[in-house]
Amino acid sequence: MGASGKYFGKEMKRSEDQQLLTGKALFVDDVDLPGTLHVAFYRSQSAHARIVSIDTTAAKEREGVVAVYTAEDMGEYWQPGPLLVPPPPVEGKIFHERTQVPLAKGKVRQAGEPIVAVIAKSRYIAEDAVNDIMVETEEIAAVVDLEKALLPETPLVHEDLESNLAAHVIQQKGDYDSIRDKADLLISRKFHYDRGAAAAMENRGIVASWDEKAKELVMWDTTQAPIPLRNGFAAMFGLSQHQVRVIAPFIGGAFGPKIMMFYPEEVVCVWATMQLGRPIKWIEDREENFFATTQERLQIHNAELATTKDGIILGVRDEFLHDTGAYDPYGLTLPINSQCNVLAAYKVPNYYSDFKVVFTNKPIVTPVRGAGRQHGMFVMERLLDIAAKELGISVVEIRRRNFLEKDDFPHNHEILFQDFAPLVYDSGDYAPALESVVKAMGFEKFMSEEKARYKAEGRHVGIGIVSYVEGTGIGPYEGARIRIEPTGKVSLATGVGTQGQGHFTVFPQIVADQIGVPAEDIHTVTGDTRDFDWGTGTFASRGAVVAGNACHAAALALRKKILLHAGRHFEVEEDQLEIGDSHVWVKGSPDKRISLADLAGLANPHRGAVQPGTEPGLEATAYFGPASGSTAFGSHGVILEVDPETMMLKILKYVVAHDCGRVINPMIVEGQIHGGVAHGIGNAYYEQVHFDENGQIQNASFMDYLLPTANDVPHIECMHSETPSPLNPLGIKGVGEAGAIPVGAVFAQAVEDALSDYGIEVTEMPLSPNKLFELMQKSRTTESTEDTEGV
Amino acid sequence: MADLVAVSITVNGKLYEKAVEPRLLLSDFLRHELRLTGTHVGCEHGVCGACTILLDGKAVRSCLIFTIQATGQEILTIEGLADLVEGPAWHPLQEAFRETHGLQCGFCTPGFLMTLIPFLEENPDPTEEEIREALSGNLCRCTGYQNIVKAVRMAATALKEGAK
Repeated sequence: MGASGKYFGKEMKRSEDQQLLTGKALFVDDVDLPGTLHVAFYRSQSAHARIVSIDTTAAKEREGVVAVYTAEDMGEYWQPGPLLVPPPPVEGKIFHERTQVPLAKGKVRQAGEPIVAVIAKSRYIAEDAVNDIMVETEEIAAVVDLEKALLPETPLVHEDLESNLAAHVIQQKGDYDSIRDKADLLISRKFHYDRGAAAAMENRGIVASWDEKAKELVMWDTTQAPIPLRNGFAAMFGLSQHQVRVIAPFIGGAFGPKIMMFYPEEVVCVWATMQLGRPIKWIEDREENFFATTQERLQIHNAELATTKDGIILGVRDEFLHDTGAYDPYGLTLPINSQCNVLAAYKVPNYYSDFKVVFTNKPIVTPVRGAGRQHGMFVMERLLDIAAKELGISVVEIRRRNFLEKDDFPHNHEILFQDFAPLVYDSGDYAPALESVVKAMGFEKFMSEEKARYKAEGRHVGIGIVSYVEGTGIGPYEGARIRIEPTGKVSLATGVGTQGQGHFTVFPQIVADQIGVPAEDIHTVTGDTRDFDWGTGTFASRGAVVAGNACHAAALALRKKILLHAGRHFEVEEDQLEIGDSHVWVKGSPDKRISLADLAGLANPHRGAVQPGTEPGLEATAYFGPASGSTAFGSHGVILEVDPETMMLKILKYVVAHDCGRVINPMIVEGQIHGGVAHGIGNAYYEQVHFDENGQIQNASFMDYLLPTANDVPHIECMHSETPSPLNPLGIKGVGEAGAIPVGAVFAQAVEDALSDYGIEVTEMPLSPNKLFELMQKSRTTESTEDTEGV
Repeated sequence: MADLVAVSITVNGKLYEKAVEPRLLLSDFLRHELRLTGTHVGCEHGVCGACTILLDGKAVRSCLIFTIQATGQEILTIEGLADLVEGPAWHPLQEAFRETHGLQCGFCTPGFLMTLIPFLEENPDPTEEEIREALSGNLCRCTGYQNIVKAVRMAATALKEGAK
């Protein structure tokens, strides 16, 4: 099916911007229902403790407080949350499901875990009353250190388990051990990748309203998954799915954590509105967001790369630990992504990968932009960099020698991906992306001339170039419905929610070409279960791929219906008809022309009999589910300068070459790349959630947790190429997470290069001025020591 | 509950006379008392800048001010921004943000726009460095700032041309 047209592929300005730029867009906290009550939570002060007693007497007596609830009050509705993604069918895997509860009972497992809910006439009063609550606890040593968590003497986060092991999975291809002895070079290193916050600018929020007379629950929620949330609450409260409506209105960024469900606050708000018969509102504050919203990224890898003397990869062995926090509702998606992404853009004939998922007394871990892929890329790209150094070849050359080549696709990596399908890269052409970055960066000139010049000037400037792949657009499916109304208005509805990706613009771009209407005339609804209620949600860089192709399929079905009705009306064969300008006409007969509006009227007759098998109206619904995910790719390059006094970085140049298949709207794709790189820069040099030995977050505010500002994110030069995916009719691949994935690896390489005089080696992320200072100090004191740290 | 205090505040040209708790944040007053929900709250501790409004022409964070401190003063919020210019339906800054894709989720955007109003009045022809410095007090997680910088340049040009 042809995808190009008047709108598809064009830089169309966004139709949602009018509302957003005038303050008229509806966000969850803007919902204001009469009689609304407000919730505030008493949250655990301790990361690990037994609850001895809870005294809510004073809180209940406070004027303006309506109710105070603990776990005991919830009766049978107090249940652990669902397992969102079951573990993939890998042979021999171990997986222990322990999911979060609405309000802690008996024991708390992370600081910030909700214990008591206070419901009051205003948020101010609810927060006052939280301070009236007394909770007596008996402290247990917190499990914070990931490597110590599995030691026998460490306390148990879940005491019904034998250890803090949540899961153990081994995947392999070939036979790593058999080639290890034949290798000319073995590189073994230990890599750390620590936690950051997703830090969407809008915190989470919920408004839940039970109408006792209509027997209907309506919920506004900052969720990436309105339909699963609707289905889950209907089941939990014994309601029909049609009695529950979940609306994900405009959402102020999500980046992963808003896919999680049920957050404890969601269950409490819904349960409370059904108890009290009044709307309940909860708006998270920023400090709560650091504790109560899910996070990502602590992994520790012990990895080994085996190559020939020419730097050709023979195999990789990797054992890693993955911190899942206090619970593991998201199954194994993240460590599986890491496991898959170690293979990156390269031919790796032998691979052995073993990971253990570990419970700790820290916030729950679920996907954040990149979702485990960063770690894999970081490990592989770092191993290649170190090998290149050992072999005396350039970082660019070692990649050239190992890339999967154009004819290698589809390429089966012979292990399972997060969608349970084999990790097969559908299409790609990696070398040209790298070469375009090499060229744009002036890599050869930098190495041969500029580096020496900077050095002579006493400046520490380094270059980095890495490659990445991103598995995107996984199933199971999404759907879309398009209707042409007798007024001529076109409405489009799909189940995925929107958090800034431009769905109100790109979905109409896909549809408009097929049904011959201006894209601007299509009114789009996303994330409202009243309008469309089959689907899963916005995650895994899949909105454009899966929902986009569903929109395309629905448009084709509608086009067919338009031709059918017009053919009957004009009594001609369908191939005699043309569609455009919101009209259908008979080719060569300008008088035989009807507007889509009038045709929609004819398709819904007032009298007379419709023909058998005819559905009323000009409307079509269709679904799309890819057999497996499509793999996007690209390369990043950076030139940066380190100030050896302050250890602050200045980025002199940043180049991205990326390929996400066919592009629907280049302006929006580029915006996604910019944002991803900025997020990646934060994760590489500024952002880290610091825990003390008691599991307390030391920097739970934007004063101390540093998001990159306009001064920290450079101008990003973007180059596009298009290798269509054969896995969907539009040939598109996802792009939402791509920008963030390789930034850690490219920073590490460039910082090492900039500080080559000091001989530092970067094996951890994020870096920071302090970390870099420590690395330099360490390399000064151990200058002559052979680096033998490893597996 | 504390005694209520009478305030009289002009917002977007309209005078409001209300009795509020002394501790009521100005951001909450605008959003929940006046229902001007275009001003967003991202951190409630004065760092992210999403709640920026103009108080007597100066860009300030409405989450760091009590409503009673603003009595007798004039406030401009995102909802009143278009009224600053005559004629077009919206302000050149709004137009520029749309043209350059200077927003994605749009949550931080009102704060950026309000920060930029006095900035461009004082610096009608800013350099990129000056623009980035001016933006550095507002956080955005979606855009990487690049297109916001572009929007500021475009708006500066449009405003200069409009002033001629």
